[in-house]
Amino acid sequence: MKQKITVAVSGLNNIDSPGPGIPVIRALKESNNFDVRIIGLSYETLEPGLYMHHLVDKSYQIPLPSAGIDALLERLTYIHNQEKLDVIIPNFDAELANFMKIENRIKADLGISMFLPTQEQFDERHKANLYEFGEAHGVSVPYSKMMFSTAEIPSITTEFTYPMVVKGRFYEAYIAYNAEQVANYFNKLSAKWGLPIIIQEYVFGSEVNVTALGDGKGNAISAVPMRKLFITDKGKAWAGISLDDSELVDIANKVISSSKWRGGMELEFIKTAENKYYLLEINPRFPAWVYLAAGCGHNQPEALVKLALGQNVEPFGNYEIGKMFIRYSYDMIVDLKEFEQISTVGEL
Amino acid sequence: MKIKKNVAISESGFIFNPTTGDSFSTNPIGLEIIRMLKDEKSKDEIRKAILGKYITDESTFEKDYYDFVMMLVNNQVGDDSE
Repeated sequence: MKQKITVAVSGLNNIDSPGPGIPVIRALKESNNFDVRIIGLSYETLEPGLYMHHLVDKSYQIPLPSAGIDALLERLTYIHNQEKLDVIIPNFDAELANFMKIENRIKADLGISMFLPTQEQFDERHKANLYEFGEAHGVSVPYSKMMFSTAEIPSITTEFTYPMVVKGRFYEAYIAYNAEQVANYFNKLSAKWGLPIIIQEYVFGSEVNVTALGDGKGNAISAVPMRKLFITDKGKAWAGISLDDSELVDIANKVISSSKWRGGMELEFIKTAENKYYLLEINPRFPAWVYLAAGCGHNQPEALVKLALGQNVEPFGNYEIGKMFIRYSYDMIVDLKEFEQISTVGEL
Repeated sequence: MKIKKNVAISESGFIFNPTTGDSFSTNPIGLEIIRMLKDEKSKDEIRKAILGKYITDESTFEKDYYDFVMMLVNNQVGDDSE
């Protein structure tokens, strides 16, 4: 008999640059252990997941991360009083800092569990600190440096050669071939995501990613590598395939073991023609393609819920190789009443 | 030249390299050659088999075999360390 639980999930923006919410929910709905009622947490009224009633049982708007932890706590307390939440899975990089700050408090006051990285882990893997992270954990990372002003551009050419990668604080990256392009991308990214901007050495090769789950004690519960087969103009995978790459899995295990990573994560690598791996980025939550891991036999979101509830979880072991995912877009027809309800009442 | 152990080859000539995620398709003669390579047949054995079965000459076989093998190596399906 399955255990009945209520899980709140954010990242319902199942758009062309999708959040991980809907894939996480699909994996949870397929759990062999849990009968899951899903509460959607949204920031925008047009997040498609709000209207996917076959997956999301009830939704609530929550305050933007900039509103701070008091507003978030107040809203979560209200939602908990209605829904009796057991677990929350936040899926946005930008909201994680607030949720991490209140993790212990909502466990103690409301009895809601989360399974998030520690503040130290979160900071250590930040784009701006990734080079040092690689050195500390024995993983190759392209050399990178923070930039706070376009006045620094002339000096960066002494440390980097063109092309170089210009990355935003949270999202987006561009390849710049000259100083003008660096300045353009600096302005574009800093206006959108704030400072600092990260300049990274450009490494040529093919991109391979790993979705993984660490138990916080140094054990990798699961690590599934994937190569993107079709990439959108936003650099997102629209199709991908699981790989038989023990070296990549070993690197992921090493990162988790060495950092004692707690929670879901995505590791992004470049594999060079010489078969050398460079770690480009660590995202501190599941990727939007995490449902592929469930399709390969590793239901990582279900395992995360078990860890959050303090249940014992053993590493998964082998996964299915050569499984593909292919995304598609789908037009939902939505009654204006529903849009009105989420827009005015903040609940649907 | 050896075909990598984990490379999957189907009856239809569909080839999947699970390490890189790449997939290819080949025609029946290509499939025959890949199977012989997978069975660790030597180039001489493959030459004899192809020349005995198809109407072609040695120099055409040499050129096409070299092209095909290089394609397998470049796409990481084959390993030419031997």
